[in-house]
Amino acid sequence: MKQLTHLDKLEAEAIYIMREVAACCEKPVMLYSIGKDSSVMLHLAMKAFYPEKPPFPFMHIDTTWKFHEMTSFRDKVAEKLGIEMIVYRNDDGIRRGINPFEHGAAYTDIMKTQALKDALDKYGFTAAFGGGRRDEEKSRAKERIFSFRNQSHGWDPKNQRPEMWKLFNTRINKGESIRVFPLSNWTEKDIWQYIKRENIEIVPLYYAKERPVVERDGNIIMIDDDRIMKYLKPDEHVVIRKVRFRTLGCYPLTGGCYSDAETLDDIIAETLGAVNSERTSRVIDHEAAGSMERRKREGYF
Amino acid sequence: MNSLLKFITCGSVDDGKSTLIGHMLYDAKLIFADQERALELDSRVGSAGGDIDYSLLLDGLMAEREQGITIDVAYRYFTTEKRSFIVADTPGHEEYTRNMAVGASFADLAVILVDASQGVLVQTKRHSRICSLMGIRDFVIAVNKMDLTDYSEDVFASIKGELEKFFGEIDCRSLQVIPVSATKGDNITEGSTNMDWYEGPSLLAYLEDVDVSRDLDEEKQPFILPVQRVSRPDRTYRGFQGQIESGVLHTGDEVTALPSGQKACVEGIISAGKHTDEAVKGEPVSVLLDREIDISRGNVICSGQMVRTGNGFTADILWMDEQRLIPGRNYILKVGTSQITAAVVKIRHRVDINSGEHVDAETLSKNEIGSCEISCTDRIPYTVFRDNRAMGSLILIDVVSHMTSACGVIRGVPSEGENLTWHNMDVTRRTRAMSLGQMPKTIWFTGLSGSGKSTLANEIEKRMAAAGKHTMLLDGDNVRMGLNRNLGFSEEDRVENIRRIAEVSRLMNDAGLIVLTSFISPFEADRQRAREIIGSDFIEIYVSTPLEECEKRDVKGLYKKARAGEIPQFTGISSPYEIPSSPEITVDTSGMTLKEAADYVISMLEKL
Repeated sequence: MKQLTHLDKLEAEAIYIMREVAACCEKPVMLYSIGKDSSVMLHLAMKAFYPEKPPFPFMHIDTTWKFHEMTSFRDKVAEKLGIEMIVYRNDDGIRRGINPFEHGAAYTDIMKTQALKDALDKYGFTAAFGGGRRDEEKSRAKERIFSFRNQSHGWDPKNQRPEMWKLFNTRINKGESIRVFPLSNWTEKDIWQYIKRENIEIVPLYYAKERPVVERDGNIIMIDDDRIMKYLKPDEHVVIRKVRFRTLGCYPLTGGCYSDAETLDDIIAETLGAVNSERTSRVIDHEAAGSMERRKREGYF
Repeated sequence: MNSLLKFITCGSVDDGKSTLIGHMLYDAKLIFADQERALELDSRVGSAGGDIDYSLLLDGLMAEREQGITIDVAYRYFTTEKRSFIVADTPGHEEYTRNMAVGASFADLAVILVDASQGVLVQTKRHSRICSLMGIRDFVIAVNKMDLTDYSEDVFASIKGELEKFFGEIDCRSLQVIPVSATKGDNITEGSTNMDWYEGPSLLAYLEDVDVSRDLDEEKQPFILPVQRVSRPDRTYRGFQGQIESGVLHTGDEVTALPSGQKACVEGIISAGKHTDEAVKGEPVSVLLDREIDISRGNVICSGQMVRTGNGFTADILWMDEQRLIPGRNYILKVGTSQITAAVVKIRHRVDINSGEHVDAETLSKNEIGSCEISCTDRIPYTVFRDNRAMGSLILIDVVSHMTSACGVIRGVPSEGENLTWHNMDVTRRTRAMSLGQMPKTIWFTGLSGSGKSTLANEIEKRMAAAGKHTMLLDGDNVRMGLNRNLGFSEEDRVENIRRIAEVSRLMNDAGLIVLTSFISPFEADRQRAREIIGSDFIEIYVSTPLEECEKRDVKGLYKKARAGEIPQFTGISSPYEIPSSPEITVDTSGMTLKEAADYVISMLEKL
């Protein structure tokens, strides 16, 4: 008789969660960030409901500073799979010229957190899937799979609802919403092994390649377009280096790493031997202990 | 592939749970360099001596780090050469017991910490009992802070003896007691030179080898599939989605749908997006049947006799809500994929956490464990927890707050062969009121025509309804036309009119409702009789707006007609109004807006 592997069990758990949300929540949406975790989540959603298409739309919060390879990948995937992909931008922030160089933390707040809250309110989504994993960060390690948000999308970490066995309580009052994390129990290693097993297509930025970069405050920042040029300091010189990215976000805020990993096997080998956790490459996580929790309380995923 | 062990650490506050796990990860080189740097940095800031505070690896919430305690369960993932682990580090404070229970529902094994310098505490026993309730059968006791007892073998032996006696009463399969020091690292990942008298394995070595498998021969187990969702992308396809909780399914198998009892054969199986001829326990499937039978979410597709259907069972529950359990009140029950209105109709006993004795109880408060009888409004499929975990575990959800108020496990049917029915519970005035979550009242508005009684009663009813109260407004419009349409305006009929209204109000109070009445009811004797009929729930509100003001308003033009002699015996003009001698509330609506008047009455009602 067949035996389920560790990955099979993780896959089954995620599918179970997605079906519960589809069956019990009034208006769900799946947040799609184009990264590897989102790619896995989308793949699982396709499997969970097959041959039916996932019974909810997908949504990408576009800060307009994503890597170009990410947005073209997004459009290609949505078309290929025949799914509804909502792209939401904070037009007000764009008009005000909010950018990651001059506005720092305010940029993340306005173009990501605020944009996400506005988008959820605009469409009236009551549940939103996110690709967060508990092994990413200490406050995430504390979060439930079904995480409740009040009317202003805030998270109250001190008063989370108990979550027992597989008996997810999906009931909410008007105006409240749920963030759902079907990949909670996956580790970075699980994600890569699953991508390999299922042959899931990912953004090529994850593979090492010679790319134009500058070093800034210990981070390797890629020159993805000309908008960054006017913010370069005199001692920052653009060089061509072989780099890859462990996580993907806004290009000026995402540090790469020097690497020769050109294949999935190389990446898996590199992940297993990694000395630093993946979030070290997120510039915004470094600000202060508790920065992720603070953002989550304010409505960030 | 090595097997996965899911375990929790629990025990009383300050027994060193987070430190233990933190130290284990650190020693086994299971944390990333950046996390190690952050830990060393945080420790330098946080602790006086500058020693590494290993608990900071797990206490990830700001409030936890500020207060130096664990509030919620943290999950950590690590792999050694022998095994993969997921550890849920749980809080020790009694206040956060429910978060500890969350971790316990997830784990195969519990590591319970005991502070060697304190011995076995009530909280140690509470956590052990909750672990047992949630189905954990394998336990490790880490007797921590051995360094504070000079690594005394006698201290360890005495605690071990007490623990073995205690665990003798609990349904436990394996028990290992290990002396450790979480801060110093004794017996965490390696044996200790400080305790040569201990010959057993270190904690990590034990966890790497312990066998917690409950693997049954699934071929011989009955097939159970709780239906999560029915997929109908078009008219030709109808797939039943869910995760197999027991047994094996093949195409061609005959299966039964519960509770309908209808049978069908399996025509196709899709597992995680792929067509297959066989699927086993744990697989997420979509099942196609050869004929149309009645199946919806909450139903179970199964074979064999293990799954029962019924509208009641006994269960052991852990109460987790600040609001205590109210027997007879409706909650939402979730079992498998069923969600249904249900009530705890009887508490058989509460379990004394310390002694384990069964104590009589009227209610359960937060963090208490008890055995109770649960009755549902309809028949649902379930199993006892011993037979199947997924179909034998439950939660109760508060109807208003939506809080997960309790979790529990199904033990059996109330008395063998006899299903509990909704009807044979003792339904009293009290249980009806409790199930509506309110105190029934009759709020009796009296006053002259035009005094503002009806407007005010109407506004107050609206506000109560908005607050989730169940109400009924009785006034001339809905009583005179129906119930009392054979009554005229003679003195005799007016007395009878008030009597009937009072009797109806009392019945509605019995049904649990809050009744508002709006009648002139001019005579003290009639109102006194109404008070006697209705009893202590009667509240008299005198709307004392003066006659001149009422006559000035004269909304319906009645005063004008009365003055012209067209209406005989009109209260205030040709018939007396007896001012109430001791109303609970008096309100004069002249010179007040409706909002002000309603605010005033509500505030007075709250004070009663």
